[in-house]
Amino acid sequence: MFGYEFYVDPSRCIGCQSCINACAECETHRGTPMIHVDFLDRRNTIATVPFVCMHCEDPTCAKVCPADAIKRTEDGVVQSSLKPRCIACSNCVLACPFGIPKMMTELEQMMKCDMCYDRTSEGKRPMCATVCPSQALAYVPSQQIERSRREKPTNVFFFGNQRVTTKVFMMIPPERDALSVDVVDYMWEENA
Amino acid sequence: MKLFRRLRTDPVWKDEFSIDRADEHYVSRRQFTKFLVLTSLGMFVGNMWILARSWFSKEPVYPEKSICRATDIPIGGVRLFRYPTQKDACILIRTEDGNFVAYTQKCTHLSCAVYYAREKNRLECPCHEGYFSIKDGSVLQGPPPRPLPRVVLERRGDELVAVGMRIHESI
Repeated sequence: MFGYEFYVDPSRCIGCQSCINACAECETHRGTPMIHVDFLDRRNTIATVPFVCMHCEDPTCAKVCPADAIKRTEDGVVQSSLKPRCIACSNCVLACPFGIPKMMTELEQMMKCDMCYDRTSEGKRPMCATVCPSQALAYVPSQQIERSRREKPTNVFFFGNQRVTTKVFMMIPPERDALSVDVVDYMWEENA
Repeated sequence: MKLFRRLRTDPVWKDEFSIDRADEHYVSRRQFTKFLVLTSLGMFVGNMWILARSWFSKEPVYPEKSICRATDIPIGGVRLFRYPTQKDACILIRTEDGNFVAYTQKCTHLSCAVYYAREKNRLECPCHEGYFSIKDGSVLQGPPPRPLPRVVLERRGDELVAVGMRIHESI
């Protein structure tokens, strides 16, 4: 949108939680952050990673929604659930390969990042990207990211045999082309 | 719902419950254009059909029917009869100057029966106070949209014969 793309660089995240607070300040969902900052391996490291919605080109969350509550706009942004339609069934929560949708049980509604659609649709940057001090969340033109970063952006992910392409880019080591995720590798119960 | 469904192998529900927000709106620009074109085409064909019907329709043939003897009705008198079928009530009036006129009795507004008001010399509908002229059946006042259809009379000796109807004689 407007020549800007969203880039997520987990290696830059310092866990300051500015993005969470900035997100919660947004008027459209005041008090409820739609971004998550998770610890990667709490026992061994303090490394954190921010999770915004990746806005898949073929959004699984929208496809599994039985109430037709999740919609994708013309510019490829997958919106949060529509309040009149969401039946709080958590299908999307289970289906999303990135684990983005969260069920707000007190609201009986799924809420997820919509890339600050009220802002980005008119050319402003998302709240989280404006406050991120280390620019782990960056909303910049692609030329700028190529110029200023060592890592390479990718929007292709492999979950086993499933190929997922997204609107949001993830910064990965320059020698890699796509990010391959085998979920079993990250199930710490298996390794313990 | 789309006016023209794309030829796809996907099931129908994927089209009707699309994940794209643009498909939510019933009227996209293209659908609206299609709607306009098809509606205009339908209107055009309908009008052509009406035109063709009016061109090829024949003048209806009315039967001849004897009503009564002219001497039976005094001046200012009235006789009810049925013409052209038994279901069509008509009214025959002998006016003050001795002529005979006949009209259908059905008011052109809501089909109430009109009667002859002799003191005003006009036909009156009691339902909504629609008045018709005795001369040609034209509307004098009230809600009726059209004049009363007139029964064409012919005098054969002493006998009055209805020979036809004249609809929309004057507007």
